[in-house]
Amino acid sequence: MTIKVISPGLATTVQDLGRPGYYHLGIPLSGGMDRFSLQAANLLVGNEPGAAVLEAVFMGPDLEFTQDATVAVAGAELPPKLDGEPRKTWSSFAVKKGQVLSFDFLKEGARAYIAISGGVDVPVVLGSRSTYPLGALGGHQGRALQKDDELPLGGGAGPGDGRAVPAGLQRMPGNPAELRVLPGLYWHRLTEVSGKNFFSDTWKVAPEADRIGYRFRGGRKLDFVEREQPFGAGSDPSNIVDACYPYGSIQVPGGTEPIVLHRDAVSGGGYFMLGTVISADMDLIGQLQPHMPAKFVEVDMEGALAARKERHLLLDNIAAALA
Amino acid sequence: MKTRYTFGGDEHIFVEVDEEMSLEAFFKSLSMTSAVRDSAIKGVTEICPANASLQIKFNPDEISPEDMLAELKSLESAAESGDNTLQTRIMEVPVYYQDPWTHETLMRFRERHQDPNSSDIEYAARINDFGSVDEFIAAHSGAPWFVSMVGFVAGLPFLYQMVDRPRQIEVPKYLSPRTDTPKLTVGYGGCFSCIYSVRGAGGYQMFGVTPMPIYDPNQEIPYLQDFMCLFKPGDIVKFKPINRDAYDQAVEDVDAGKFQPLMRDVSFSLGDFGADIDGYNSKLQEVLYDN
Repeated sequence: MTIKVISPGLATTVQDLGRPGYYHLGIPLSGGMDRFSLQAANLLVGNEPGAAVLEAVFMGPDLEFTQDATVAVAGAELPPKLDGEPRKTWSSFAVKKGQVLSFDFLKEGARAYIAISGGVDVPVVLGSRSTYPLGALGGHQGRALQKDDELPLGGGAGPGDGRAVPAGLQRMPGNPAELRVLPGLYWHRLTEVSGKNFFSDTWKVAPEADRIGYRFRGGRKLDFVEREQPFGAGSDPSNIVDACYPYGSIQVPGGTEPIVLHRDAVSGGGYFMLGTVISADMDLIGQLQPHMPAKFVEVDMEGALAARKERHLLLDNIAAALA
Repeated sequence: MKTRYTFGGDEHIFVEVDEEMSLEAFFKSLSMTSAVRDSAIKGVTEICPANASLQIKFNPDEISPEDMLAELKSLESAAESGDNTLQTRIMEVPVYYQDPWTHETLMRFRERHQDPNSSDIEYAARINDFGSVDEFIAAHSGAPWFVSMVGFVAGLPFLYQMVDRPRQIEVPKYLSPRTDTPKLTVGYGGCFSCIYSVRGAGGYQMFGVTPMPIYDPNQEIPYLQDFMCLFKPGDIVKFKPINRDAYDQAVEDVDAGKFQPLMRDVSFSLGDFGADIDGYNSKLQEVLYDN
């Protein structure tokens, strides 16, 4: 009832929908960066949508199965191969005991979600199987997979070949990626011109982009409204008295490179934030490769809630199509 | 103090109690978070107090952002008129100041520091007008500290010293963050001390190291078996300077599962504290040391 890791890929981790309730102690939500694709992959193999899967970034692992199972890969276009034979993404396929799942080179996106019937059955820690590597918590021994690891499976052969998510129900970022932002938090620290520039400039994903946060560069430097810094805030105009950071919040240390915090966010710190990427678009960030262009698009709360509803509806439609 | 409410996307409300740090702002943030917890508002998924602010995460499918905002605002006046007392704990944290490990690390990152020619603690002592590093250590370990926030990474406490503002130590963060900080480093940035719970990046000045683990995801350390993080917002901490021998002994005790932090339950009154800060701090230490 296991899979053997023959080669681990770049930073493959066990993830589910995360670990809410401990952010006040600095333990972040974690879970799949692209939760939409994670849930779609689970639905394809007949799992609960929030079952634990493998999140592979940029490069896939090689996995040997010790039992029959159904597998689906959703999210990034990281084409799967079974004993060297190509299989489709966003589709389920049967795997026989002894077969090896491997992957071709990445074609599009950044993170592939590998769902296996029965789910990856690592221990539940604080309510979740997700890996939080910085805190050595959860997942498989609190870390990314390594060669020769053996992962327990929940079991079951699953529904087998032939279930697919139609192209119209898949969701991936465009080019440039458009990330919708609700301005707020410390937006008032920016000059009016800098606020306009932030939304009109085209940014590029920086190489420093991981589960904690995505850094962007290439836009104009942001200027701050002059003030005497409050006691305890620190001397740089981008500093505030250390505070909580929302998931998706956009901090800009020194006014130069925006950082969007993601599922393994640092829970707080001393940099001002200009707003927050809306919940519906957090998935898209997980599919951005370094150097990819991106635009931040201003929305209001109504727009954010409408986008949230639309994303829910898309997932409902996938569930209905596979029911 | 002027409280400001703002949305962090469609899932968070961020409440800035005050722009600047003070014990009053911290107490109000703590009272508001307790009030949110007690009122069990539906849809709330995270309740996070910070130094002079707080943050609530909620599920907008269960409660609309506007309704959530109205609920929070209705709790503010009650939190303000609270009696400003706290049932909490005081604990001793031994610190080996100027230890070789943080020293080795700070020497590796000298080009990111304001003053490449002195150590972090020499620099902090000088810009805060202390005559010597020893005087600085006496101030840092003299008056106790409030854990005013837990976060950044798992279990990391931010600490605010319980002295009046003229005696607050203030130190800038590194010019650009280090990529490495030893585990259990006692650091300083702005007006906050901190203890790094895990090894990793950091921008705070480094003064020393504690032998006392504060985070254990495997929960093998006896006093972390109830929960993997030691600190909670509202805990009171007293630093105690120790030398190399005492540090080595403590590490040996930790490894043998014999180390127990010195810890006592205590009641704290902001009013009484404000009336006589030094006298009140002495009383807190009497509780800690059973005098």
